[in-house]
This record gives sequence, C-alpha cells and structure tokens, in this order.
Amino acid sequence: MAEATENTRKKSQVADVDRSLYDFKMSEEGYERYADGLSTDIVRAISEKKDEPEWMLEMRLKALAVYEEMEMPANWGPSIERLDLNHISAYVSPKTKQADSWDDVPEDIKNTFERLGIPEAERESLAGVGAQYDSEIVYHNMRAEVADQGVIYTTIEDALHDPELEPIVHEYFGKLIPMRDHKFAALHYAVWSGGSFVYVPEGITLPYPLQSYFRLNAQGAGQFEHTLIIVEPGADLHFIEGCSAPKYYEANLHAGAVELYVKDHAKLRYSTIENWSKNMFNLNTKRATVGADSIMEWVSGSFGSHVSYLYPTTYLQGARSSCEFTGITFAGATQDLDTGCKVILNGPDTTASVDTKSISKDGGINTFRSSVIVGRRADRARATVSCASLMLDDISRSDTIPAMDVRNGSASVGHEATIGRISDDTILYLMSRGCSEGEARTMVVNGEGAIG
Amino acid sequence: MRDMQERGIMSDQLLTISGLSAGTEDKPILHDISLSVGAGETHVLMGPNGAGKSTLGHVIMGDPVFQVSSGSITFDGADVTELGPDKRSLAGIFLSYQAPVEVPGVPLYSFLRTICQMRPELKTTARKFRTRVGEIAEQLEIDQNFLTRELNVGFSGGEKKKIEMMQLLLLRPKLAILDETDSGLDVDALSIVSRGIEAYRQECDGALLMITHNTRILERLTVDRTHVMVRGNLVAEGPASLIDDIDAHGFARFEEALPQKAEA
Repeated sequence: MAEATENTRKKSQVADVDRSLYDFKMSEEGYERYADGLSTDIVRAISEKKDEPEWMLEMRLKALAVYEEMEMPANWGPSIERLDLNHISAYVSPKTKQADSWDDVPEDIKNTFERLGIPEAERESLAGVGAQYDSEIVYHNMRAEVADQGVIYTTIEDALHDPELEPIVHEYFGKLIPMRDHKFAALHYAVWSGGSFVYVPEGITLPYPLQSYFRLNAQGAGQFEHTLIIVEPGADLHFIEGCSAPKYYEANLHAGAVELYVKDHAKLRYSTIENWSKNMFNLNTKRATVGADSIMEWVSGSFGSHVSYLYPTTYLQGARSSCEFTGITFAGATQDLDTGCKVILNGPDTTASVDTKSISKDGGINTFRSSVIVGRRADRARATVSCASLMLDDISRSDTIPAMDVRNGSASVGHEATIGRISDDTILYLMSRGCSEGEARTMVVNGEGAIG
Repeated sequence: MRDMQERGIMSDQLLTISGLSAGTEDKPILHDISLSVGAGETHVLMGPNGAGKSTLGHVIMGDPVFQVSSGSITFDGADVTELGPDKRSLAGIFLSYQAPVEVPGVPLYSFLRTICQMRPELKTTARKFRTRVGEIAEQLEIDQNFLTRELNVGFSGGEKKKIEMMQLLLLRPKLAILDETDSGLDVDALSIVSRGIEAYRQECDGALLMITHNTRILERLTVDRTHVMVRGNLVAEGPASLIDDIDAHGFARFEEALPQKAEA
C-alpha cells in the first residue's frame, strides 16, 4: 500500500518550467572580470573602459556615494539576506567587440544565442536584435529598411560616442528613475553596463518588434543593463526583452533599469519574458511616462529567479493616455516572487487596466502588489485591477496587496482579486469521478484560468 | 424484485473486504474489518458518530489520506487495495460525499460530460447526453440553470446531494457508497434523493452501501444486510430487522459489548 499512497499523494503533476533550455554554461576563459564588491576604482575603471563623457563618470561616482549612504530595504518583500554584494562582480565581460553580424560573434557566445533561438527569431520576425552577454552587448543589428526611417537602436555606450545622440542620452538618462529611488537604483547607476538605446522618430511605426536579449553566463556576477527608449509623437514600437541564465550555487544579481518615454499620440508595447535561474536576485526597476492620447502596454512574464522585486511603473501624464498591464508569474520550489505594477494617473480621462495571473506550486510564493494613484487633476480617470492567483497544492502561497490612493472625486477605481487553491479534497473528489490526478489538476487550472 | 435464490447462485461477491485495518499516518481508525457486498445488494452501515463509517467509505474509494496497514479490498474480482481513486471509479465504485467539495471555474455540465466521456461504456453523442442530463435533472428536480454554474459553488446542502445523485445516475456504477446522503436534508429534498436512489437500484441494478445513523431514508428500500460499527470495529451483522432493533434501542448495547482493548 505504501507505494500506492505515494503515487496518489504526489503533490502535483503540473510540470515545472522546462529549464533545460537555459541551463547550460559556457567557460569564462579569457574574460575580463573586475574584483568583487564595489569601490571608486571599479566605478572609474568601468567608466574609463567605456571612454565616457565626464558627466557620466560624475553621475556614476555620485550614485556610488548614494548607494553607500542608503540602507538596504527592510520590512519589504522577500528576504535578500543571501545576497552579499561584496561577492558580486559588477563587471564581467567576454573579450570580444560588439558585432553586427553573428559570424563575427565568438563561437561559444554565438552558440548560446543559437540555442536560445535569437538569430532564428531575428530572421523570421524581428526588426532588430541586441544581445547582451554578461556586462556587454555582443551583437547589435537592425534591418536596413527600419534604419532608413531614422530609427535608432544601439547601445547606450555607442550613443554616448555619437555627437548627435549624446545630448539625447544626457537629456533623458536617469531622469525617470532617479538614483535615490532605492539602494539598487543607486547601485545600478554606479555600475551600469550594456542595455539598449532606442529612438523612434515622429510618425514612424515599426513593422516588427525590436528585441534585446540579456544572458548572464558568469557565476557570482551582476548584470546592470540600462534600457532607454524614446517614442516620439505618433510613433509606434513593440520592444521585447528576454532574460535567462544558467543555474549556479552562488547568488547572481540583476539590477537593470528601464526608462520609457512615450510622447503624444504614440504607442509602446514593452514585453518581457524573464527566465532567470533560481539563484538570481532580480531587483529590476522599470518606469514609463506617457503623453496625451498615447498608449503604454506592458506584457510581463516572470518565471525564473530565486527572489524578484518587480513593479513596472507608469505615469499617465497626458490627457486620455492609457496603460494596460498584463502579467503572469509562476513560482515553483525555492522561488519567492514579489511582483506587480504601479500606475499614476495624472492626466484627465486617463485609463489604466491591470490584469495579472499567478500560479504557485511546490512551496513557491507569489505576492502581487498593485498601486494605483489618481492625482488631483485626473478628472474622470478610470482604473481597474484584476488579479487571479492559483495555488496548485497546500504548501504554496499567494498574497495580494492592493493599494489605492484616489485624490480626484470624479475618478473610478476598481479592484478584483480571486484566489484559488487546489486542495487535496478537490483532487480526491475529481479523481473519485474517474479523472487521473493530472486530469483533475488540469481541469481546475483551466477552470480557474477561465474565470473573469 | 429478485428472490434470494437468484442471488444465492452468484457465488462471487462484488465487494470483499477482508481483515482491513487502516488509519491516518498517526492514528489507526479501522480494525480488522471484513465485509462482503454481493452484486445488486443493498447494505446498510450504521453506528454512532465517530465510529469510522465515513472512513471506511473513503478507504473503499481509495482516499490517500488513509493508509491501509493490513488486509485487502477486492472489487469485481480484482484486488483494488493498491489502486488510486480514479482507477477504482473507472472499475465501478462510486462514493457520494457527505460534504461534496466546491470546484470554482468548472461548469457542472462540462464536468458531467467529461466524466462520462472518459468511460468507453458511457461514451455518447453530445445530443444524446444532453437529453439524458435533461431527464435526470427533471427526475431530481434540478433547475436547468444549475448546469451552467460552477460545480457545487454556492449550492445548498440539498442541491449538492442532488448533484451527487445526478452523477450516480449518469455514471451507473456497480457499487454506490452513500455517505450520510440523508444528513441535513429537509423532507422534500430527502424524498427527491430517495427517488434518485430508487432509480439507481432499478435502472442500474447496482449495489448499495448506505452509511447512515438515521433510518428514515431506508424506509423505501429493501435492505439485504445491516452492519454495525463501533469505535472502528464491525461488531454486528444481521438482516434488515436489525435496523428496527437499533431504531428502538440505539447503539448502547453494541458499545458496551465491545471490549475497550479493541480500541488499540
């Protein structure tokens, strides 16, 4: 009987995310790797290597001072105690120059991205691709017809070396996410490396998405890429961000920053598929500001990392602008994912719609935080937040923490949360009607998924 | 009605439990239970609250909360002791729960369709199935609107029991264990549920194991055997007349007769 009980008691048959796709490591031979921890020397060395303008070095040094002065976030979200910043290398780079042809990318790095399907996706469905390997972008290319329209898709480093683009970067970089935002924002500005600079000129609609893929291969390293996107009036862009890393025992850190400027009558869709390994601390900051009659769409899939703190934030500044946030998170064993989103409705007749689903299993923890703030000027603003959480067994957890701050009497804000747990009793009930355990769980998951 | 002789020639029992002891991880509940139910027979399992009657029902169904420490359960000629509840269900065992669970997101009708379509002997066209469900709904006075609602979600106790009867009539099991199906029902609901049980006996010629401590639901049934359980032990077995005896005198004499040591 012992065996039969074991069989029928198996906690769940909903498969984990297949990580075999991401769990391969490449040698770090020939790497340039800076000493672990942080110091003025390291910050200066990064800046010097990038041959940056003086203002950027000053910004880095100031950020380092802010970082050292600020406290670690306490009483907030999952524990980050295991993250020892003295054992994280801020800069790790493969010794290669950025290429615009995959043939010029070193073999093992090229293989990495081949296995992740990036060149194939580029050929078939993307307007441009940037690929970052540890601290540096190793490949960047865009279709000629897109470049001909004046679209710029490059690295921040290259933009800083371009006399036409440098003033634009200077104008926008670090303005939406201030370095004092939180300790990891300060850290980011001190040691940022890699990422993307995208500029879509007025009235241009990109026929295909641009995609940046971030791969962290080195053990005990940090990835601090900065993404800066400017969508000028009447322009339309879909940007895709993908992230993955092989699994190591030591903690890795991702503290990127994403700043998105969407001007009037424009549209930006920002999609993220995050599949970090389960030793990753993903402390990422993303923010968008949206002009009049414009649309900001977030599609956010969080499947990996050990601990995540991720709350993309949207400022709806212009009248009639809107934000749509669609998120799905999946937390399995050893994962504690604290995700959500924040929308600040400042313009009149602005609308925000947040729709998230989370699944936790095998002891995984999902916390969904939403924050909706309606400003005084935001007459007739409307916001709805809906959040469905499902726990696949009795040992997993899911929490929903909605916050609302409405300062305009004509605004309407709604929140709806459904939390479901597949209890052992439910599984027994469905099994005693003939469903296998897998069928029983699928039935409930599909049912839950269909609600609302 | 079949006479005793006809039943006598069926040498093989439908359900045979022999020397069964079971319980949860830290607590033994059932002690050395032996019991047989022949095809088409109606058995009643009685006993005071907490005697272990429901546990026996759950153990026969294969609830993994309970572990069998010794003994075996044979159903329809096969040893099912090691099988999960799904396999036992497909073999023809049905348990009507005392408190059926609510399953959000799963519409009743598609649930019924799914559990029938997975059985080769019940597979049918969507149209025929719809007709059959309609008939049963009428028979059990179930509002058609319930069919599109989520399974048992927000249903009253009586409605949930009717839905259990509906599944019983659709699935046509060889053995139905009805766990306190009568508890908490008002007179009308009780009469409808009784009608469902009768229909099952007539249409499906199925065997019944009724778990109850109330004799009212038994009035309209012809009972073949009565079993009495006290503190996890079967202490008496007899003909239908045993029910009247219990009705008149309660379980006191059975409880007194069971030596305390048997409680283990």
